[in-house]
Amino acid sequence: MTAALFLSLIVFLPAAGALLLAFIPSKSHNALRGFSLAVTAVVFLLTLGFFMPGWQGTFDTAQAGMQLAFNKAWIPSFNIYYFLGVDGISLPLVLLTSFISLLAMGASWSITKHVKGYCILFLLLETGMLGVFVALDFFLFYVFWEVMLLPMYFLIGVWGGPRKEYAAIKFFLYTLVGSVLMLIALLMLYFNSDLREIALASDLFENPQAAVSWEELHLSPQVTERVTTMLQPHADQFVAIRAGEVDMPGQSVHTFNLLAMAAIGQHTTQYDDALLFNWTLQEWAFLLLLIGFIIKVPSVPFHTWLPDAHVEAPTPISMILAGVLLKMGGYGIIRICYPICPEGGYNWMWLVCILGVVSMVYGAFAALAQKDFKRMVAYSSVSHMGYVMLGLGVWSVGMVGGLNPFNSDYWNMGIKGAMFQMIAHGISSAGMFFMVGVVYDRVHHRNLDEFGGLFGRMPVYTALAIGIFFAGLGLPGLCGFIGEVLVVLSVWNFSKLLAVISAGVVILTAGYILWAIQRVYLGPEYKGPHGEALTPMTPREVSIGAVLLIFAILLGVFPYHTVLRYMDATIDRQVDDLTEWTERVKHPSLEAQPEQQARATVPPTVAVVLAPVAPANVVQNGAVDDASR
Amino acid sequence: MNLTEYVNNVYHNTVDVSMPAFGPELVICATIVLMLAVRLFNWGRRVDVSYLAFAGAIVGFVLALYGPAERTEIFTGMLVYDKFTLFMRAFLLLFLILFVVLTKLSGIPDREDGPDIYSLVFGATLGMCLMSSANHLFMVFVAVEMASVPSYALAGLLKGRRQSSEAALKYAIYGAGAAGVMLYGISLVAGLLNTAHMPTIALELARRYAEFSSSQLMVLALASLMILVGLAFKLSAVPFHFWCPDVFEGAAAEVNAFLSVASKAAALALLLRVILGVGAVPPGVADEPVAVQTAPRQHLADGALYVMAQDPAVAAETSGRGREEAVAQLTPVRNYMGWLVAFVAAITCTFGNLAAYGQTNIKRLLAYSTIAHAGYMMMAAPPILTLVGLDSSRAHDAAAALALYIAIYLFMNLGAFAIVAFLRNSLRSEEIADYAGLVHRAPWVVICFSIILFSLVGLPPLAGFLGKFAVFAALADGYVVASQAGVSASHLLWLLVIGGVNTAISLFYYVRVVKVMTIDPEPESRTPFSVGVFPVAYVVLLTIPLVVLIFSWNFLNEWTLQAAAQLF
Repeated sequence: MTAALFLSLIVFLPAAGALLLAFIPSKSHNALRGFSLAVTAVVFLLTLGFFMPGWQGTFDTAQAGMQLAFNKAWIPSFNIYYFLGVDGISLPLVLLTSFISLLAMGASWSITKHVKGYCILFLLLETGMLGVFVALDFFLFYVFWEVMLLPMYFLIGVWGGPRKEYAAIKFFLYTLVGSVLMLIALLMLYFNSDLREIALASDLFENPQAAVSWEELHLSPQVTERVTTMLQPHADQFVAIRAGEVDMPGQSVHTFNLLAMAAIGQHTTQYDDALLFNWTLQEWAFLLLLIGFIIKVPSVPFHTWLPDAHVEAPTPISMILAGVLLKMGGYGIIRICYPICPEGGYNWMWLVCILGVVSMVYGAFAALAQKDFKRMVAYSSVSHMGYVMLGLGVWSVGMVGGLNPFNSDYWNMGIKGAMFQMIAHGISSAGMFFMVGVVYDRVHHRNLDEFGGLFGRMPVYTALAIGIFFAGLGLPGLCGFIGEVLVVLSVWNFSKLLAVISAGVVILTAGYILWAIQRVYLGPEYKGPHGEALTPMTPREVSIGAVLLIFAILLGVFPYHTVLRYMDATIDRQVDDLTEWTERVKHPSLEAQPEQQARATVPPTVAVVLAPVAPANVVQNGAVDDASR
Repeated sequence: MNLTEYVNNVYHNTVDVSMPAFGPELVICATIVLMLAVRLFNWGRRVDVSYLAFAGAIVGFVLALYGPAERTEIFTGMLVYDKFTLFMRAFLLLFLILFVVLTKLSGIPDREDGPDIYSLVFGATLGMCLMSSANHLFMVFVAVEMASVPSYALAGLLKGRRQSSEAALKYAIYGAGAAGVMLYGISLVAGLLNTAHMPTIALELARRYAEFSSSQLMVLALASLMILVGLAFKLSAVPFHFWCPDVFEGAAAEVNAFLSVASKAAALALLLRVILGVGAVPPGVADEPVAVQTAPRQHLADGALYVMAQDPAVAAETSGRGREEAVAQLTPVRNYMGWLVAFVAAITCTFGNLAAYGQTNIKRLLAYSTIAHAGYMMMAAPPILTLVGLDSSRAHDAAAALALYIAIYLFMNLGAFAIVAFLRNSLRSEEIADYAGLVHRAPWVVICFSIILFSLVGLPPLAGFLGKFAVFAALADGYVVASQAGVSASHLLWLLVIGGVNTAISLFYYVRVVKVMTIDPEPESRTPFSVGVFPVAYVVLLTIPLVVLIFSWNFLNEWTLQAAAQLF
């Protein structure tokens, strides 16, 4: 099986299953559910194929770049390509998606209304989610990103709780606003991109100082040929063209290729044009994309759709929502925002970090105040995803000015912490929503004050639930701990205040989770409504809960072997690239600016004393300047 | 040139050059005559003319697929015949075929009315074909009238219904007013520039722009505003949209489909023809050396009349100067038109979307949606105007975006109105509230309607997104190219933002309809009904392209690129 077939099969198998479902009669509920479960199981097994050694689809943990990547012409007249691939950032998320989808489908037996429609939409949703994580063409990414919207709208709107319509449209509207912003950024980035310049900066034409590997951009052969035929005849002028003395021959070649866009963002000035308010395109694009993504994360102030959507959505959809959909925001930030717009990332770093910390604190306090069990879990998601934002933001932060010694190890730790937190939260929050769903299916209410004493009635359930809630709390030895500790440690070097606050949030988290456990599970006896319905968990429920708990423990005890091992190489590489960009582009420009200001404000005598010697050297010695370019 | 020579020239031009290119239009004429004549005989009354209409539309469509590869001016420069004409004509005739099938399925008109209705529709289509190939302001007026007058009668198709008659009257009065204003504008232009032939207008403007006095400029600006009024009426652009919701509510859904797709497409084509006819110089008009001009000219003048009409001095001067220079001279003209169209587009789009919120009648809602979409489509025009002088291949891309949007729009709006028509037959209602819980009764219709509505929002992976994406891409491209060339084009960036915001706000009212159909419970009082197999099949066939086009729309993209390549 070729890589192209393998990845396409993973992405489109659920959609194909949805088509087949149309032929199963809508009365036979169990056949419909069984078939859908089988499809999600096959998809999960297929994703396990990444770990099977010795074939083309094996994932190599030592390799940092894209693996199994392939690039096929889709809409060549618009430079749109069908370009998929996985690397250390997307692989864990692909697995998380197929895993959570399988479990959520298993939890879907509680759905009894319009089962056929539910299963079809569920499978379409899975295609959209998987597609987002493997798409490497920005247009394709955008399409997959939007593909999830429609199924999600109906899954909440048709199968949801009492205020389902409000919740569904709110979710839809928030996400659509975000994606419109993303579309604008996407178009501006596309039309400002030019592959010719990156081709000259790369090793495509025997360039001794190649900064980019053309091969690693995985551009399609047609594009490579087009660029080559355009530039090759002018090979003797390359030095002059690179220096800007001669105009670039031919017409500009735009691209939607995310890797090429990242190379453009880091190695050329194509995204540095000033737009409105004199912000550069990079800053604008970063901001627009960031808003689009943090709506999904969700981060304060765009989080208000989440509690509504979660509370109204049926249990399996809440699992998907918390387990996978929220991760897309984080994935988008790490895959698109920072690599393509490093300048924007640098200039907006405080915004990202502060939003993260505010989400953490606000989410935790809001969770403390909730009376509804599910709403409390929803706010805990807001709080936990704040760590992801903080970890990603810290990533670029360790290097402010020349005051702190610039050390990229902390970014590295922050971004790994954020990635780990995403996976861990995917497991623990899906588990928490499942646990809420189990009890809701029985007693049909979620009022925290009316629970109590479940331990006596449902001991197995309570044991599993407490384990999973502890994982969400971040107890050492369980999955929630690793991500939080990595993020908090990495923040310390950047801002002690933010580190202290984010560490303090752990206490709040412990507060609302322990309090909830006390109110729901402990206590003498259950006095709420429908007490007679509190039957023990079914084997299907036990298996889903137990699997989630086992993974919560495994991830907590063997974080490296289960998760970090796969993402290390890729994240190291991305951080190295951006470190290199920072030292090459950002630091010099930062050093240049304060100096100019200092010259203007400090009296001349002092300025003479303080004036650094190095810049003068560069001015005197033109050769140095040329070589450095 | 003596009289014989003149007559010979006209004869040669008409019979040898123009007629072959005019095949589809002639087929339409013949079909109209046939449909009306067949009723004169007793046996003819029993003939179902919808088959005749269908056959005529098919023959016309097949003929419309073939045509010369080069831009030709036919009928002495009145019409222009190029790939864009070809595209638009094929589009209009394809729509005509689908429309005839729709009317056959929905049962409007009945057999008695058939010949009248179909000849009105065919007549209007003929006018629309002329609109999309107009090359002369006189022709612009004639074509608009030719398309409008049958439409007035069509709006009153449901005889004996007060609303329907009101709609027809309102439409006719608005139309007459707009046409009068437009004619006045045309006469001002013709009086000032001594010609109404659009490429000649462009050359005249390029030549004389610098020497115009301010009062002459004022007259020109006024005239262009007046011509825009006529176009805006056909486009139902704000503030000339008032007729649209009322007419749509009063007229039958089938007629709405016709007005909202064919009429709108033709109006957009005409908009392109006018702004590009006046704001750019088509290839082959001014780039030839003087010597060639005296010899029989291949592309232009087979229009012998045109050669006479053109001032020889102008011809000599412009030919030496070349086309590019003329295009550069027209920059202020294009800027003026670009800002004007951008302004109208932004207002139209925003107003349409906001006004659609409060609607309870599905036809009124779709009428406002049509207005909003006219706004989106008009947004493609300003970047074309900006790019013409900077990078003509990019300008072609932008024009192709508009053509792509139009092509996809056909399926969306025809599908939507077809469903409204079928549901009207089943439910006897066109109120959104009466669609409650319809998914249980007619699942396929509701699924298709939902897909169409989401496609109208512009949500990927549905085809409506592709059109919107292409238009937004044209805006972004125009802005980027202009700012790299040091030209201010901030209106394009604003349009992009306004278009994006509008996409988000339009979601609400479309989703409301979907919500009513799928999520709301079914009223218990509803009597069982069935939409029928063929109507459902028709609707499904119209919806399939909206779903599958995302997988491979390259062919459509290339087709529209070809169509746009000869525009200017």
